[in-house]
Amino acid sequence: MSNETDANGRLDDILAGYGIERSNIIPILQAVQAEFGYLSVGSISAIAKYLRLSESVVYGVSTFYAQFKFVPVGKRLIRVCRGTACHVRGVSRVLDETSKLLGIDPGETTADLEYSLESIACFGSCALAPVMVVNENVHGKVTPDRVKKILGKD
Amino acid sequence: MGKTSDFKDIKEKAIKSYESWRQSEPVRIIVGAGTCGRAAGADAVIEALKDELERRQIKAAVTRVGCIGLCYLEPLVDVVKQGKPRVCYGNVTPDKVSSIIDGYIVGDDPQSDMLLGSIGDEAIDGVPKLFDMPVLKPQVRIATRNCGFVDPEDINQYIARGGYTGLDKALKMTQEEVIEEVSKSGLRGRGGAGAPTGWKWNLCRQSSGDKKYIICNADEGDPGAFMDRSVLESDPHTVLEGMLIGAYAMGATDGYIYCRAEYPQAIKRLNQAMVQMEEYGLLGENILGSGLNFHLKIKEGAGAFVCGEETALMMSIEGNRGMPRPRPPFPAQSGLWGYPTNINNVETWANVSAIMEKGGQWYASYGTEKSKGTKTFALAGKVNCTGLIEVPMGISLHEIVYDIGGGIPDGKKFKAVQTGGPSGGFIPANLDHLTADYESLASAGSIMGSGAMVVMDEDTCAVDMARYFLTFTQSESCGKCVPCRVGTGEMLGILEKLCADESKPEDIDRLMQLCTTVSRGSLCALGGTAPNPVLTSLRYFKDEYDAHVNEHRCPSLMCKELISFYIDPAKCKACMICARNCPSEAIKGGKKLIHVIDQDKCIRCGVCLEKCPAKFSAVIKLSGDKMDVPDEPIPVGEA
Repeated sequence: MSNETDANGRLDDILAGYGIERSNIIPILQAVQAEFGYLSVGSISAIAKYLRLSESVVYGVSTFYAQFKFVPVGKRLIRVCRGTACHVRGVSRVLDETSKLLGIDPGETTADLEYSLESIACFGSCALAPVMVVNENVHGKVTPDRVKKILGKD
Repeated sequence: MGKTSDFKDIKEKAIKSYESWRQSEPVRIIVGAGTCGRAAGADAVIEALKDELERRQIKAAVTRVGCIGLCYLEPLVDVVKQGKPRVCYGNVTPDKVSSIIDGYIVGDDPQSDMLLGSIGDEAIDGVPKLFDMPVLKPQVRIATRNCGFVDPEDINQYIARGGYTGLDKALKMTQEEVIEEVSKSGLRGRGGAGAPTGWKWNLCRQSSGDKKYIICNADEGDPGAFMDRSVLESDPHTVLEGMLIGAYAMGATDGYIYCRAEYPQAIKRLNQAMVQMEEYGLLGENILGSGLNFHLKIKEGAGAFVCGEETALMMSIEGNRGMPRPRPPFPAQSGLWGYPTNINNVETWANVSAIMEKGGQWYASYGTEKSKGTKTFALAGKVNCTGLIEVPMGISLHEIVYDIGGGIPDGKKFKAVQTGGPSGGFIPANLDHLTADYESLASAGSIMGSGAMVVMDEDTCAVDMARYFLTFTQSESCGKCVPCRVGTGEMLGILEKLCADESKPEDIDRLMQLCTTVSRGSLCALGGTAPNPVLTSLRYFKDEYDAHVNEHRCPSLMCKELISFYIDPAKCKACMICARNCPSEAIKGGKKLIHVIDQDKCIRCGVCLEKCPAKFSAVIKLSGDKMDVPDEPIPVGEA
């Protein structure tokens, strides 16, 4: 199997770990995204072929879920929580500040592929609102003043 | 039924192992390191503790546990010295670690400004009991009974504290007797809808099928809710044991835990717990020698709120777009791949294990006539003591906000609580005598929901909050049925106009009509309950809607398009702090010249108000009103 994301057969290795039952579609999409950071056109068609499904079915399932991305993500994924508690405690200014510092809107990636910014429904760390997460590091009680330090963009 | 003689051995072994673990170190330091604790800096505290202990060559073990729910006091550090009660410290920072070590680990004086209290029956002179704290005293911990007390990665600790005793009991009873016990407890679904658990189990048990499934719904998608995350991270076995009991009672051989991918730590803990269960013969074939076979898989959700709805959740497990379908058939008749299926939420399963251990009657002794037992709430928003609480049903909202929550920060006025997330509603402060139970919350137009409870103060705008929730439901609507897909979009459009000062008086009537259409016409509960935040805000805060439409004013001074910032020329001391921090360069002024905000350039971010030194307090926020200020900067003192 050859496509642009799979020079070393990494995609084949992932697929080989799963049976071809339809119920494996989401776990496979998750594993592929965990490996490559996003779902390329090539990986969607390889997954479809492996599961004996049409590409449109695989694409249809993957676009339903917010987790899946179809363009590469930056090295550092900045996720800002838009949950109720964060909203009440003023997260919108944190998001504005982050957006301003990175020069991108939520859902975008910087041109150097360094940062991606996302807003997320809720992280469930509401007691520490407002919350932002850099890769896997959760930062609580974030104020607009602290964003710069958290991003490491001093 | 079963001959679970082996459980006695397992329990004895677990208790021995737990005891020898407890005595293995002269000093044990226990750090709350759930997601909340880590967000508050628990990892840095653990590093500092380890470094300091090593540097001074002190023999002490550092253990990570989950969360006891005191999120506002995180990071929490407990110290257990041999033969002494456990002592708990809060708001510990890395630089304060050595003072605990000096005071109580090297020395013998637990006193510190971080000291919260002692845990356990024995007391230490001059140290209060932790559970006498106002935030903890009214609580009754059943689903969260082990949270923060067991190492979630060690099954022995769970068993030593009574874990799997309920399963052992259940396996010696008939299926009917188990369901009878659950029915006796009065337990109702904790995911929000509140269906009696015993009744639901019975439906599934009576359904015929070659195979049956049970599912744990851990797709906690409500913004503002984190009860399930906390339980899964802190005590995964309580949920898993509940599932085993359910599997036996209903005759299910296979199960799924559908957990949101946003909870990586919960998923990790569940995986570890399942490996240990297999080692102890608690998962797989012939569990505890009883003949019960049960296989369990974890499915990671992929970010779709609608998958909390049971039929959508099953579609997602099957590998489809997670869209709901009409009921009947109910999952108990035809669920996952057409087989009878029972779905309960995390907290429901967590209660089941306690009910089987201590009995249905014991559980039913808590709560009200129709809402038995306890309920966990994620208390957050504008309240002093934020965290995870578990209270007996029937406690008043006033007690939750003031006694447990410690009231509203910064001396602000309490405005409302919002329960049930985007499916729930607002309950105004003057109804805070209402009790937290299914019936009472429904009577006020809200719902119990899964337990999100967000407190709002006078600075929170009811119209903006309704807009906020509709933004969420509209973007999470799966699009299958028209009332929800189109209706939530139309409702959101009106709410956005209201907040942006573009609305007309007739918009309110149209909004109310839309609420009726969407709630009656939608296929599933997502759409059916989406109007609740709008309906309750209209019911209790109609004056705020009127102010937005008719007076172009936001009484809570929150909606950006309806507010203006001014600098009081009589108070401005020309310090330039606001001007330097203004992101849109909207503030004119200079040395010895008072500052003036250019209203056309101002983006109403409020930075000037925050930055203006408290001793001057020259920045004023107004809505529907103007302040008379000079157009250009004038010398200080001339105003």
